[in-house]
Amino acid sequence: MTSHVPARPNEAERYYNYAYLDEQTKRMIRRAILKALAIPGYQVPFGSREMPVPYGWGTGGIQLTAAIIGPQDVYKCIDQGADDTTNAVSIRQFFAKIADVETTEDTGEATIIQTRHRIPEKPLKEGQVLIFQVPQPEPLRGLEARETETRAMHAYQEYGLQYVSLYENVSKYGRIAATAGYPVMIEERYLMSPSPIPKFDNPKMGGNEAILLFGAGREKRIYAVPPHTSVRSLDFEDYPFETQSWDETCALCGAEDSYLDEVILDDAGAKMFVCSDSHHCGERRDAGHVGDMAGHQLAALDKEPA
Amino acid sequence: MNAVPKNIEAVQGAPLLRVDSLTKWYGHVVGCRDVSFELRAGEVLGVVGESGSGKTTLLNCISGKLAPSSGAVEFETSRFGLADIYSLSEPDRRRMQREEWGFVHQNPRDGLRMRVSGGANVAEPLMNLNNRHYGKMRQATIDWLERVELDTRRIDDKPRNFSGGMQQRIQVARNLIHGPRLVFMDEPTGGLDVSVQARLLDLLRELVRDLDLAVIIVTHDMAVARLMADRLLVMKGGDVVETGLTDQVLDDPQHPYSQLLVSSVLQI
Repeated sequence: MTSHVPARPNEAERYYNYAYLDEQTKRMIRRAILKALAIPGYQVPFGSREMPVPYGWGTGGIQLTAAIIGPQDVYKCIDQGADDTTNAVSIRQFFAKIADVETTEDTGEATIIQTRHRIPEKPLKEGQVLIFQVPQPEPLRGLEARETETRAMHAYQEYGLQYVSLYENVSKYGRIAATAGYPVMIEERYLMSPSPIPKFDNPKMGGNEAILLFGAGREKRIYAVPPHTSVRSLDFEDYPFETQSWDETCALCGAEDSYLDEVILDDAGAKMFVCSDSHHCGERRDAGHVGDMAGHQLAALDKEPA
Repeated sequence: MNAVPKNIEAVQGAPLLRVDSLTKWYGHVVGCRDVSFELRAGEVLGVVGESGSGKTTLLNCISGKLAPSSGAVEFETSRFGLADIYSLSEPDRRRMQREEWGFVHQNPRDGLRMRVSGGANVAEPLMNLNNRHYGKMRQATIDWLERVELDTRRIDDKPRNFSGGMQQRIQVARNLIHGPRLVFMDEPTGGLDVSVQARLLDLLRELVRDLDLAVIIVTHDMAVARLMADRLLVMKGGDVVETGLTDQVLDDPQHPYSQLLVSSVLQI
């Protein structure tokens, strides 16, 4: 009787189920990715698989990552910009284990970045892939419930309806108040939901050097923005698109141009604003930038091992 | 309006809509059989008949919602001239429906988006026609709400907060704001109480005359037919049994079924 010795990482035997999904599934997803890249902004249906996390926790993004990752990749995973949140840490560990990849928190070093609801502050460069987890790929769904109808609207480029949501915003708040999942036009052809990233990040999508992939696991759709693609946020002639801005600066690193999260510190209402991109903030602090509350205990958190 | 000379020409010349031997079968049940008529700009055609007589089937076939089994529906489109609407490509047909037609449903819930405000409902056809200026659309919406006699301060209320008659007015404004040439109405006053019905009919009549619209109105209510329509089609069991000028048909009905229909109107 021979005792069974499990294959060690990176041995040929291991590759059949490398990166969790079987090879056929990965090929199917890769075909969908190629189609999505060929038709920027078009939602490509794919056979989404059950993943070891619930829907809504990034099943679409994980499948995309699993389909394109290789042992030479360096993987980064963020949740609302932060590397150290529970979901990001577990997904990062998952790929470290099943794909034998190096992981990092450094945006510049990573080749694959999986993200939930943010685009990193540091500009992405050629060769990087940013993977978005998408809850609802259909930007028109809130206004038109029928899938047959929304598909026809995409096919015939009938996008007047999307403006109804902007109209409602202006009539209610006097400005386009939508802050996340702000609809965009890709190459003036397909209307696309950028996943619930803040509209602050919308301008970063246009003319990007990296590949942006979007995966919706429950809704079974993949779409993409290839490098150097035009991305226009919708607006009215008299109410142009604008991004969020803050009067405050980051309390830890003093950044004036990054997306800030408001953190409540105690029951008395004390609060601080910090960069949502934790790596960006840490890098700035290492470079000697200081904010009003530099040295606060929150800054020490990202020194802990993931 | 600068469109007046064109309309006069249209009335004298080619029809706006021509329906030729239109037949719709549902399996071996007939929906409507061998219906032919022509409609000119500014003309209001009433389709009357009992429930199940094929009125709505006919309306759906003509308005591009339901492909007929045989026969043709030709419309004088602004982009392609007189064309069979079912031989146009789907995007072209949808665009023509958006630009040149309106459809007032019996139940405002079918014709309105219940999740967005009344104002946005009225402005949506403008956005569908690539209007991208909020201020102008807002003003047009307010003008139209005034025109259908709604309180403009309630422009941002959701349709469910309006009464049935008001919802129907919103629907009328939504279907006229983009300047259609042909409007379909399926029992527009169906679910309303009589006093509201009378006011809405009054309003519709006025708008139709002012805008020189061609209208096809389906109703089972002889009073509505009398007030609105220039001409009538009387339908029974899928067939058109009698056609003619409204007053002629209602005052001197020839077909036994028309006679029955006219005589069964309640007198008080």
